[in-house]
Amino acid sequence: MDNFKYFRASDVKEACSLLSRYGEEAKILSGGQSLVSMMKQRFIMPSYIIDVKGISELDYIRLVDDGGLEIGAMTTHRSLEKSAVIRENFSMLSNMELTLASMAVRNWGTVGGSLCSADPASDLAPSLIALGAQVTLSSENGERVVLLEDFIVDSFETILKENELLTQIQVPGKAALGCGIHTKFARRAHDLGIASVATHLILDKSDRDICNHIRIVLGAVDPFPQRYKRAEGLIRENKINEALIEEAARAVFEDCNPTTDINGTEEYKREIARVLVIRTVKEAIARARSV
Amino acid sequence: MENLSLIVNGEKIEAKISPETTLHTFLHDTLGLTGSKEGCGEGLCGCCTVRVDGKAVKSCIILALQVEGKSVQTIEGLADGETLDPVQEAFLDHGAFQCGYCTPGMIMASKAFLDEASKPSEKDVRHALSGNLCRCTGYHKIIKATLSVDQK
Repeated sequence: MDNFKYFRASDVKEACSLLSRYGEEAKILSGGQSLVSMMKQRFIMPSYIIDVKGISELDYIRLVDDGGLEIGAMTTHRSLEKSAVIRENFSMLSNMELTLASMAVRNWGTVGGSLCSADPASDLAPSLIALGAQVTLSSENGERVVLLEDFIVDSFETILKENELLTQIQVPGKAALGCGIHTKFARRAHDLGIASVATHLILDKSDRDICNHIRIVLGAVDPFPQRYKRAEGLIRENKINEALIEEAARAVFEDCNPTTDINGTEEYKREIARVLVIRTVKEAIARARSV
Repeated sequence: MENLSLIVNGEKIEAKISPETTLHTFLHDTLGLTGSKEGCGEGLCGCCTVRVDGKAVKSCIILALQVEGKSVQTIEGLADGETLDPVQEAFLDHGAFQCGYCTPGMIMASKAFLDEASKPSEKDVRHALSGNLCRCTGYHKIIKATLSVDQK
């Protein structure tokens, strides 16, 4: 690793002040479970490191009045995994965390860091996008709130400005009314996925064969997590049956944009994505009908 | 150089280190605690696993400065004098190693897991140790050893 100047921020104010001063040449370090590894390999060589992991005011999981969630950016993956509130209301997130890397990585890595690293194979981002999550970005000039699906814009790229810090993730209360399933296909259970799908849906109150709201999000297949709106539109407000689910999965197969690499060919990944869409939609519907 | 103050295996340590020093390099090279190993150096193999405030972490992808004020336990700090920890005893009883390279990390991960778990199943153990690779044993004896600690 190359040398850098190290700053430890004790609160958001200090972090933002350091960012406004050194932002251009600085990297924000939280758990560093991606960043430190990348720095060791000299993919990233920052002149300044602003360590925000110790900012305790950003370590919380709160259920808010509308039934939604507020998650502080420095919450670890392990806290998310173990949170009773999340297990009860957003079990997709608890189950997703169980297959995210290993226990030791989850113990140290943070949710804010994970989203900002914007790894195409992230498991956290697709699940949160499926839930309609937003993120709060803070700087010395104030705050802005953006949809997570608009926050990540390319492989390892976000819209975070040099003077900004991701401070909070919000999950809307509406998401608690539905059921979500995240699943991934990987060589070993906890590896980064070759393809992953997060599906979240809300069934009609009177007709359990109709789904009013659905989000289908793929991870690892495209350069960054994507919603599949054509597939969502095919299922939304239509009578759900086997053929409809197959048709939606076919739309994902056609619309996705994988590349051939060490993990598999383009066509192989399309096929895996198609199968995972069928599985997650069916399982989410079965789960939604059972509650 | 930056000041670092922390507790390692119960002992208060003060040091001056270069910011890019990882926790593993600090423990292994500066303090001479050579039990934990840097296998892959990318947080995948688990050979560098130590505990920070009781939790298993991968010391090769953590900056030493990030554990300022915290308590670190390495494999060297597990035994009480000549008395081995029950997890170490279990690994011995089951012959849960061959070359031994992964063992310090494996035992620290196993120990951290057992401290949190109540009545773990074999599946739970496999899940908890999935971040620790062993290229010799095929894992069976490691899993049996870990399960046996809880049953005692």
